[in-house]
Amino acid sequence: MRLKDKVALITGGAGGIGRAAALRFAKEGASIVVSDMDEAGTNETAKLVADGGGKAVAVAGSVVVRADAQRMVDAATSNFGRLDILINNAGINKDALAVRVKDGDVKMMSDDQWDAVMNVNLKGTFICSQIASVPMMAQKYGRIVNTSSIGALGNIGQANYSASKAGVIGLTKTLALEWAKFNISVNCVAPGATKTRMTAGIPDNVMQGLLDKIPFRRMAEPDEIASAHLFFVSDDAAYVTGQVLFVDGGISVGV
Amino acid sequence: MDLKGKVAIVTGGSLGIGCSIALDLAANGADVAINYRKHADEANAVVAQMEKMGRRGLAVQADVASFADAQRMVDTVREKFGRLDILVNNAGINRDGVVWKLTEAQWDEVLDTNLKGYFNYIRAAALVFKEQGSGKIVNITSINGLRGKFGQSNYSAAKAGIVGLTKAVARELGKFSVNVNAVAPGLIETDMMRDAPQDVKDKALAEIVLGRLGAPEEVAHVVTFLCSDLARHVTGEVIKVDGGQYI
Repeated sequence: MRLKDKVALITGGAGGIGRAAALRFAKEGASIVVSDMDEAGTNETAKLVADGGGKAVAVAGSVVVRADAQRMVDAATSNFGRLDILINNAGINKDALAVRVKDGDVKMMSDDQWDAVMNVNLKGTFICSQIASVPMMAQKYGRIVNTSSIGALGNIGQANYSASKAGVIGLTKTLALEWAKFNISVNCVAPGATKTRMTAGIPDNVMQGLLDKIPFRRMAEPDEIASAHLFFVSDDAAYVTGQVLFVDGGISVGV
Repeated sequence: MDLKGKVAIVTGGSLGIGCSIALDLAANGADVAINYRKHADEANAVVAQMEKMGRRGLAVQADVASFADAQRMVDTVREKFGRLDILVNNAGINRDGVVWKLTEAQWDEVLDTNLKGYFNYIRAAALVFKEQGSGKIVNITSINGLRGKFGQSNYSAAKAGIVGLTKAVARELGKFSVNVNAVAPGLIETDMMRDAPQDVKDKALAEIVLGRLGAPEEVAHVVTFLCSDLARHVTGEVIKVDGGQYI
């Protein structure tokens, strides 16, 4: 049990990687607060944790609403007495070419598409980290793991998404520098193609092209990303902070 | 992390970080072979410790800079332990001097051990891993390979070379499900470091955001993670274990 007596808040926990992390951490002994905009999915994750003999509380809410983020953190401290771990996992994509010209017709990625993605992926990570850091600073212990993506290295049709995910890397490093003195580590996992709702809609021909580029020739299971989260929040990574770990079957090597 | 039944080679495993890596892999269930060049007593002591844990240990006299020695060691380990699953390239030396005073011998010695030595073992192990469709390679580099260090042009070049080697081999062995990664320690409190001048340590401490030197075991834990099933989708990566010394 690597996370005995630890309390973890996992955002974006209604499915995919967030749910995998919740189940994994619970198995390692942590109590879980799971949050997501998708209330039914959030409750389902909490139920799955409880079914497995773990403790979990579900909080429906948005990571970009400060009051909601505060409720998530309060749920940890009021139900479980502390908050040790924050997994900033909530993320969305709204793909479009930055500028698309076809037959003289010019179509631009909208401000709404840009703002929505930057808000959830980058500002949401910032807000949740800020609010979670308060109890962590008080107890002089914290483990924060942010979620970037191979998209941070650039991806056609994802100007908003890749900018937000590259931003998460800068945010990770700055928070690592600012909060090391409180014994709070801040690291970042950058998944490659992973079997989640976000990738479920990728057309078969695009998917085959993608798989051909992955040295391991397959997508990641959500649980394989949660493994990296577990590493960063475990004592094995006690001397690791400000790091970005790509978990991508090698696709980012050489990019 | 369960490494039961796995067989590992750790180069330079008789001292310092290498010794901690060998012992941590053994503590997690692996049988471990280490090489040594001169430190036979230390190597045998590490083997004895691993045997006390109920593992098989093996010390082989081999110079990592020798291509033939590396092949011989891989063959010996497979003969004695029946297989090979993990290779940790760790053996390294330094011969410091500012570049305008560095001798050709200082350059060659460091590059031969720290970079070619890694190639020698990868070359010998790659065929085994490719054939069995599994394997883990972890190369120990250094943050000084990522940022350069005054007085260590040879060492920094070798350690940067290890990063390129890691990434190229990760691409080549990916389709055979072999994970190839690197670990880049910052200043770690090894026996060798304990005797270093205080001002060297103070300078490093001023850079390390966690405010303390790392322990060899803290590097070993990250190596063990990369050799474990937890990291099965991680390849071509460089993980710094430096307390935030170089962010």
